Amino acid sequence: MSMITLKDIRHSYLPSPVDDVDWALKEMSVEWRDGGAYALLGPSGCGKTTLLNIISGLLSPSEGEVWFGDHNVTNEPADTRNIAQVFQFPVVYDTMTVYDNLAFPLRNRGIDETVIDKRVREIGAMLDLSDTLEKRASGLTADGKQKISLGRGLVREDVNVIMFDEPLTVIDPHLKWVLRSKLKELHQRVGATMIYVTHDQTEALTFADQVVVMHDGTVVQIGTPVELFERPQHTFVGHFIGSPGMNVLPCGIDNGKAIFAGQTIQTVDPISDNRQGCTEIGVRPEFVSFDDDGIPVNVVKSIDIGRFRIVEVRHDEVSIKLLVPEGKDIPADGAFVSFDAAHTRVYIDGWMAGAN
Amino acid sequence: MAMKSTNQKAWFFVLPVVVLVAFNALIPLMTVVNYSVQETFGNNVFFFEGVKWFEDVLHSERFHASLLRQLSFTGIILVIEIPLGVAIALTMPQKGFWVSVCLVLMALPLLIPWNVVGAMWNIFALPDIGLLGRMINGIGIDYNFTQDPTAAWFTTILMDVWHWTSLVVLLAYAGLRSIPEAYYQAAKIDGAGSWAVFRHIQLPKMKRVLTIAILLRFMDSFMIYTEPFVLTGGGPGNATTFLSIDLVKIALGQFDLGPAAAMSLIYFLIVLLLCWVFYTLMMKDEDQ
Repeated sequence: MSMITLKDIRHSYLPSPVDDVDWALKEMSVEWRDGGAYALLGPSGCGKTTLLNIISGLLSPSEGEVWFGDHNVTNEPADTRNIAQVFQFPVVYDTMTVYDNLAFPLRNRGIDETVIDKRVREIGAMLDLSDTLEKRASGLTADGKQKISLGRGLVREDVNVIMFDEPLTVIDPHLKWVLRSKLKELHQRVGATMIYVTHDQTEALTFADQVVVMHDGTVVQIGTPVELFERPQHTFVGHFIGSPGMNVLPCGIDNGKAIFAGQTIQTVDPISDNRQGCTEIGVRPEFVSFDDDGIPVNVVKSIDIGRFRIVEVRHDEVSIKLLVPEGKDIPADGAFVSFDAAHTRVYIDGWMAGAN
Repeated sequence: MAMKSTNQKAWFFVLPVVVLVAFNALIPLMTVVNYSVQETFGNNVFFFEGVKWFEDVLHSERFHASLLRQLSFTGIILVIEIPLGVAIALTMPQKGFWVSVCLVLMALPLLIPWNVVGAMWNIFALPDIGLLGRMINGIGIDYNFTQDPTAAWFTTILMDVWHWTSLVVLLAYAGLRSIPEAYYQAAKIDGAGSWAVFRHIQLPKMKRVLTIAILLRFMDSFMIYTEPFVLTGGGPGNATTFLSIDLVKIALGQFDLGPAAAMSLIYFLIVLLLCWVFYTLMMKDEDQ
């Protein structure tokens, strides 16, 4: 068990990348704490799987180094890295029983059969597979097969990190929740580092202590779910996490103050950033409310989601979303909205002003 | 009642198929059945003989010998072509320019007319002028497929392997290509060696296509006629007289319609039975 460090990693699937867009993974350095539960979150095609395969050793990075503890494993193949991986589609060895499937990684490593037997039964019990150990693996349902995939990782006592590549894709909705809580429970029992790739924010936020948000081949933010919600470092994080996502409104800057709709908008900190570029205000719908005065808007539509209504309003051509609690009225024409200054931030070229 | 009359109309829709099957399978087959229980001395005069021809054929040493030759031939080519085909498919490139080159090369033998294959190998293997025949004799082995039964068998089998292994290769290759990359990645992580990958991933995933390959090769080789007829004409002696060659000799050479018809039916039933046995054995533990 050890910390995983990625040093100046960069990867391209092309033989000689020239342009920025040629890199599937742009230069990054990331540390994964030993025993942490991480989620790797981002839209499809943002480089999540590439990053995962670099850690597991299925792919060797074009540039940079991978360290497990104080050991450089960049050139080591997947089977000597002590990693386990659960894939999007369940991988089981069809002709074998569940028992033999679980024993397979140990047998390949020449471990004594009595040790294997003890370990396989232990893991089988942990995954609620005890009753099916003697059955053919091909006969199990998708969630059973995913448990086998996971079990093949868990049987190895030396396993450093277990990686999940969108493991719940083919699982029935009502079983997703069951399997997810099982993972959480296993993480506490086994104590191995777990990295969970997903494009589903609910999966990421419920599973992980730390969420790594990726966008376009870059890590945009690493933080706890609360941090991602309250202090999104990038407009992408604000927009991707939360439902509905953060409002991102074009604004002007005058004398260190944000100007929107001809009015000065109070933000968290005065803007001390000297960077030039596209400036925007970011404020979550949770922190926008109807007010007696402020920004004049027209109400466009409202969707009832139970305890709240999502209301979309417009100022000129700019659309703003806000949450209105149940029981509160939505004003008709001539409405105004205001932003909660403690949760309103300015972003320059997508990045939070003042941050990096 | 209205329902019933609607149902009856459905027969008109299956009528074309019934007519087609009747003309291309049922009627010819019944003609053969008809011949198999009668004797004729020409002039279109027939005498009913019952199951006599069937008894004759089943007790005939000549039929036993042909059947044994046929079984040996099919057994040998299956034992060679299936593993060889799988081995070639495993070594073929998975992507890039060479994939299409390999596929075209593999498909070539399958595109050559069967009698041309026979003629090609006949000339190729002739001991005096053929390239192969000259070479084998050149290295000091006495080889003449027109006189020596062993040489004739060797040549016939080599020809069949050359002609048909490609089919197994193409089917096996298709099977291999359909295995998702994740299986190989999982196996790598599980520390599986290349034998374990073959035994537990590639072979089970190829099972269905290999079943088809074995069935096709079994049926085709069990009914082989054209190539050995052109290559050896069933000789030397009767050394390469397989079932269908023997059947043609009886039916057209000696014009014994009754015995030939009985033999055809027995031949047909053997093919049917063996196909069923193969299929049942190979699909035995499917869907468990």
